[in-house]
Amino acid sequence: MGDPMRIRATESGGVVEVKVLMKHDMESGQRKDAAGKVIPAWHINTLTAKVKDKEVFAAEFGPAVSKDPFLNFKFKGAAKGDKISVTWVDNRGDTRTDEVAIA
Amino acid sequence: MNPKRRDTLRLMAVIGLMASTGLISQAQAAEWNKLAFEGKSLDDVLKALGGTTADKSAEVSLNAPDIAENGAVVPVGVSTSLKAQQIAILVEKNPNVLAAHFTLPAGTEPFVGTRVKMGQTSNVMALVKADGKWFVTSKEVKVTLGGCGG
Repeated sequence: MGDPMRIRATESGGVVEVKVLMKHDMESGQRKDAAGKVIPAWHINTLTAKVKDKEVFAAEFGPAVSKDPFLNFKFKGAAKGDKISVTWVDNRGDTRTDEVAIA
Repeated sequence: MNPKRRDTLRLMAVIGLMASTGLISQAQAAEWNKLAFEGKSLDDVLKALGGTTADKSAEVSLNAPDIAENGAVVPVGVSTSLKAQQIAILVEKNPNVLAAHFTLPAGTEPFVGTRVKMGQTSNVMALVKADGKWFVTSKEVKVTLGGCGG
């Protein structure tokens, strides 16, 4: 189970802007430890955002996405007070879901 | 420890077991386009995403700094006036060029912002799929300190 995400979703003029800050090491698989061994890649693979069980955004991340990934997107069709839930799955099968009400 | 937490833990264990026995991992693995993320060039990635060629388009705008002091955190934004269904961000000189790929269902604005790592000064490319065609825009970002090696 990963650490909580920080999600902010604000509605203005029918468009909901969402900002998500995930907490994840996003190890690239390119780095080596002190003993010269490659540190295996460990990163978020997929992310989905849903409102009322309808998918509004989906992302696939490679190891080239920065540590503690930030994501910003906008969508239409939700009102203030609706819940948006964001779920990520990493390449070790770990997953995390957080939910926030649109403000 | 409260009983609800116990249940959650038990559920997690079951999900973990399912993943290890391959019950759910296959579905998830299918979602993540391994081939695209292993691509070494724009063409590799395009092919893995089911495209052939990408036209240069002024309607795709890529928002990235001219100079990134820290290659580990380079803010990149992509927006377009096209009806984008998919957006991808690529860094030409990274070991694997594809950094992130986004799927935009109908009703989602053709815009995305994130942060990527860059190993060295390189072209950053934004790929957009609209109406079955791929469009690309690129911009050079100078990196003072690389963010991929150690």
